[in-house]
Amino acid sequence: MSAATTTYREAMREAIREALRRDDRVFLMGEDVGAYGGCFAVSLGLLEEFGPERIRDTPLSEAAFVGAGIGAALGGMRPIVEIMTVNFSLLALDQILNNAATLLHMSGGQLNVPLVIRMTTGAGRQLAAQHSHSLEGWYAHIPGLRILAPATIEDARNMLWPALEDPDPVLIFEHGSLYGMSGQPRPGPVDITSAALRRSGKDITLIAYGGTTGKALAAADALSAEGIEADVIDLRVLRPLDDATIVESVGNTHRAVIVDEGWRSGSLSAEIGTRIVEQAFYQLDAPIQRVCTAEVPVPYARHLEEAALPQVPSIVAAAREAVAS
Amino acid sequence: MNERAEFVMPSLGADMESGAVAEWLVKPGDRVRKGDVIAVIDTDKATIEVESFHTGTVESLLVGTGRRVPVGTALAVIVGIPPAAEPVSPEPAPAQPLRKRARPRRPTPARLPAPGAPHVPSPVASPLVRHLAEQRGVDIARVRGTGPQGRVTRADVEHVEPSPQAKVSPQAKVSPLARRLAAQFGVDLADVHGTGRAGAIRAQDVREAAERGAGPRPPEAVEEATRPPAEQAEARAVPEADLERRREAMRQAIARAMARSKREIPHYYLSATVDLTGALAWLRERNRDLPVSRRLLPAALLLKAAARAAAEVPRLNGFWIDDAFVPGKAVHLGVAISLKGGGLIAPALHDAARLAIEDLMAALKDLVSRARTGRLRGAEMTEATITVTNLGDQGVEAVHGVIYPPQVALVGFGKILDRPWAVDGLLGVRPLVTVTLAADHRATDGYTGGRFLGIVDRLLNQPETL
Repeated sequence: MSAATTTYREAMREAIREALRRDDRVFLMGEDVGAYGGCFAVSLGLLEEFGPERIRDTPLSEAAFVGAGIGAALGGMRPIVEIMTVNFSLLALDQILNNAATLLHMSGGQLNVPLVIRMTTGAGRQLAAQHSHSLEGWYAHIPGLRILAPATIEDARNMLWPALEDPDPVLIFEHGSLYGMSGQPRPGPVDITSAALRRSGKDITLIAYGGTTGKALAAADALSAEGIEADVIDLRVLRPLDDATIVESVGNTHRAVIVDEGWRSGSLSAEIGTRIVEQAFYQLDAPIQRVCTAEVPVPYARHLEEAALPQVPSIVAAAREAVAS
Repeated sequence: MNERAEFVMPSLGADMESGAVAEWLVKPGDRVRKGDVIAVIDTDKATIEVESFHTGTVESLLVGTGRRVPVGTALAVIVGIPPAAEPVSPEPAPAQPLRKRARPRRPTPARLPAPGAPHVPSPVASPLVRHLAEQRGVDIARVRGTGPQGRVTRADVEHVEPSPQAKVSPQAKVSPLARRLAAQFGVDLADVHGTGRAGAIRAQDVREAAERGAGPRPPEAVEEATRPPAEQAEARAVPEADLERRREAMRQAIARAMARSKREIPHYYLSATVDLTGALAWLRERNRDLPVSRRLLPAALLLKAAARAAAEVPRLNGFWIDDAFVPGKAVHLGVAISLKGGGLIAPALHDAARLAIEDLMAALKDLVSRARTGRLRGAEMTEATITVTNLGDQGVEAVHGVIYPPQVALVGFGKILDRPWAVDGLLGVRPLVTVTLAADHRATDGYTGGRFLGIVDRLLNQPETL
């Protein structure tokens, strides 16, 4: 595979293209994925290349097309369902929770649902409160689902195929701010089970995923200039969480900052913090710090939106506090 | 001003977890002096007379006879005179196990064991219980937990008499890691200056305190804290010490100590054959005019030689603690004594290198008889700096022993056998003994061990100097 410069968006498109080529059972379905090329232009050109049977525009009814995807998966297909943003996925929450995640259990192990749902998540693009929330933590609450959060071009390029090979439903959360990120991906494959240590340091562990991974890495750079060396963990998989990587890192650094674009209360950051306390209490040398989105609907105004979200300076400040306290 | 002190269930060996008072030799109101034997303790291994570490008046006995309690449990309260009025003891009270000291399996202070690796935490207690303990001035390390997995519960803390002076002020904040390190390094948190927010004590503060010398504790107070949780729970049971149970418990205790030894200690083994012709001739000559009761046995010579050699090679006489060798203050020679009911015990002959040979013989007889009747003293159980095992009377030719942690060496003597032996180019029949050394390769190398065996050989060939 070439190491040519590409974008997160193109990497995702290439991943879909590869899947469509490798397996006749794979098809893409969602709002505006065909003629329009996808709301975030991920599927641009795929309709022309694969035709309307495999790149299917759907009505604006998340419950209907996610339900159709579940039916297709039960019928032997390997559907990729795109939902425009996680906010709209709430309309399909019934299908995702009560059917996709639950049928294997309800059927006594007879019915797997090999469905992949991709959706955009996150804020930072002035799309206001109905398009900007980070609700992946809600999905990470649900047994029966695997939740992925590709934060790098490699993961955007390489997570889809193993997700399609999973016999059970997998949700992929693509942070909206990442699509334009460019770089040279290393070739896959990648696993969809483990967190990744994106940077190694001895003083503190920064735990992030998806859209906050880059911010955590930038914060680690800034901290390094102050003499604080950080481990940066990219969770990659939000369910099931890779406790071992987290606990190992905290075992080395004895301090942790969790960065989560979700709201603090009842969040993934809360879950991770609890697991650290459960499994590494005697390793902790400072209270765990969290950097989360302010508990407000994400504002539209740029300066307010920026103030509401985890940012590099707030991560740096939390890390300093952990090291000082 | 009167000082109240607790007389606690002592740890009489690395493998002891609990004990029962078999007999109180004092009653409330009695005057005791430091060093007086005040109780007889039943352990898994033996019945041991235990000395008081305080001078004063017995105020109350907290635990009746026959009740099995964990190490560290307060047994009696002694109201004493202030320590200043007492002659200052040059050494810390030896067998007083004031605190558990967790020993890290891979004890590199800077980098703790990976979380996957088994490690030994300080006593397990929730933050709330720790807080409560601090408020009450209870040293949580002295509290044996009764909760699941030996967790210290609120009730455990509430049942403990507060110590006379609270160790850490109620406001002190200490990180969980710092607490654990303090326990590992034997650092008293009261001596640690916290540099975190609001004076919180953090790991670095403990490490610095440890380097300044707030620890480690002398080796005599070291106690193995590794124990399976199931056994911690079991230690609360209150049965009469029936023989079968005790045998089983002793087996378990030996199993723990020996498994730890083989797990942690990289043993190396050396052996040398020593010609005892001269030594036995000297012994016969010496014994000729003595009554039977005062005759010396070859074992006394062998032990004395081992003790003297240990004094000459101090690197083999001491302990390996927290990644470092801690030399013994004198040669307290542990003597492995097998017991009639099965099992083994290795009490110490104090300062054996300096005992005259007759005194060593007498002390040995006394020790063996008290070990077999179960009347050892606490200090004898905890202070050995090097151990000797002599399986010669079993017909064994050579013993490749397992070191008793945290000691760093074990000397073995086999049976004295008449064998063909070349001396000055002529073959003769000579009484020979195989002397072996099992030593901790972390503490010494084969060269040191070889030197030790060479000295044993030299000494046994100059019996008149022993």
